[in-house]
Amino acid sequence: MPASNRPLSPHLQVYKPQLTSVLSITHRATGVALALGLLLLVYWLFALAAGPETFFQARQLLGSWIGKMVLLGFSFALFYHLCNGVRHLFWDAGLGFELKTAYASGWAVVAVSAALTVLAWAIALS
Amino acid sequence: MKKFRTLLNQVRGLGSAKEGTHHWWLQRLTAVALVPLSLWFAASLISMADADYFSVVEWMRSPMVTVLLLCLIWALFHHTQLGVQVVLEDYVHAEWLKITSIVALNFAVVVLGLACVIAVLKVSLGG
Repeated sequence: MPASNRPLSPHLQVYKPQLTSVLSITHRATGVALALGLLLLVYWLFALAAGPETFFQARQLLGSWIGKMVLLGFSFALFYHLCNGVRHLFWDAGLGFELKTAYASGWAVVAVSAALTVLAWAIALS
Repeated sequence: MKKFRTLLNQVRGLGSAKEGTHHWWLQRLTAVALVPLSLWFAASLISMADADYFSVVEWMRSPMVTVLLLCLIWALFHHTQLGVQVVLEDYVHAEWLKITSIVALNFAVVVLGLACVIAVLKVSLGG
């Protein structure tokens, strides 16, 4: 076989999505989203450092309908990346590689990150 | 000719990363630091959801909060730099663009990270 026709790996498009692969790419996607979200942290801190009026404006903006939707996505991305990150740390320690365990921890990540998001907003909005 | 270099010396630097486990290790070190720090920050923000300017400033002026915030900023921006760099290395295939974007990323995290540090210090130490 000529070198140019060698099969390349991984060709993600040809695989049927499964929980483990979807969670893996979501970890990356949420990581990139959180990286962009750091601009929000810079904005919030700068508004605070600028004084009461600027901070009030930032609060209005973040508290608006669109602001809340962005923060909702941001908070889920944070909790997801955090939970799945802990799952990765267990793998780094050599634990939880069995297929059954990997699926169980995967569903746990989905459940816990969703629960933390709901809990956070329930408290914040109460 | 007899080889005088040790086996370890012969293999050093041959891996694609050139730097062994340094990147990997720092990614994990910052990740472990971010578990408690980000949970603490998220909980603080939630409890201050309705707080006005003066209560947030008062919160940030506590020495413990200032120190934890600076730790959070360090870990957060370092972790981001390491993580996004891997994504760029994986998905950007044109060599010049890959190098350029990695340089830009490294500059950006330093500028934005320092901006956060200065903002926190201005609030916590300002008159």
